[in-house]
Amino acid sequence: MAVCVAVIAKENYPLYIRSVPTESELKFHYMVHTSLDVVDEKISAMGKALVDQRELYLGLLYPTEDYKVYGYVTNSKVKFVMVVDSSNTALRDNEIRSMFRKLHNSYTDVMCNPFYNPGDRIQSRAFDSMVTTMMIQVC
Amino acid sequence: MADEALFLLLHNEMVSGVYQAAEQGEGENGRCITKLENMGFRVGQGLIERFTKDTARFKDELDIMKFVCKDFWTTVFKKQIDNLRTNHQGIYVLQDNKFRLLTQMSAGKQYLEHASKYLAFTCGLIRGGLSNLGIKSIVTAEVSSMPACKFQVMIQKL
Repeated sequence: MAVCVAVIAKENYPLYIRSVPTESELKFHYMVHTSLDVVDEKISAMGKALVDQRELYLGLLYPTEDYKVYGYVTNSKVKFVMVVDSSNTALRDNEIRSMFRKLHNSYTDVMCNPFYNPGDRIQSRAFDSMVTTMMIQVC
Repeated sequence: MADEALFLLLHNEMVSGVYQAAEQGEGENGRCITKLENMGFRVGQGLIERFTKDTARFKDELDIMKFVCKDFWTTVFKKQIDNLRTNHQGIYVLQDNKFRLLTQMSAGKQYLEHASKYLAFTCGLIRGGLSNLGIKSIVTAEVSSMPACKFQVMIQKL
């Protein structure tokens, strides 16, 4: 269902990025890169918002002709960005939310792994296979 | 968090393990505190990632400090910080009147010189947690009479 999943560190460099049609990889990298500005904008707007609106899930960042880009920021300012095919209209907001939830759980496990150095690229196999299941569920 | 007794035992062993290694000539003695502090730092980073998974986004620095004093402290030490004071300019003092890791030692001033060994890990824990939430800080601890202790958190502004 997702065509591209990216984890961005708080200093805005990629910790993990993977996309499914590998031939257009660069395009997805570019899309994720562009989305970071929207993420920043949303976070700074959120600081002023009411208490109950301070959720980790940011919702739709921006749509393009063929894809939709969704965002999520953890409390440690790590960003998750997911690109979804917009022809897949069956995908509801709730499902995206639960996918991010899963991604966050997996990321936490990586963080708590003593062999992982915070700030390094994520090379965990468990994380990788979790992302794979998110990518091929529908495709 | 794992069972309380296990955490206390592991922590005690960790302290004596680090100091024993130093006595056998692996590095000098003064670096033990740093070593324990760094261990705490890494653990704090991991723990805070896990604990903040289901909480709402934090409003500001004070909000984060309150989280550390309440939720974080309760999960790790089974009690809240007794008193949090701040000068609103980046210095926070966290006072715990009955600090878990010191309760096993006799109260009063008898073992005061050894207290710093048992506080280094916790200092790192706080520093690691805060740094993962985007706050750079220096954490020091002071004890005047066991088992009460104070942690001073100095936030470093960019």
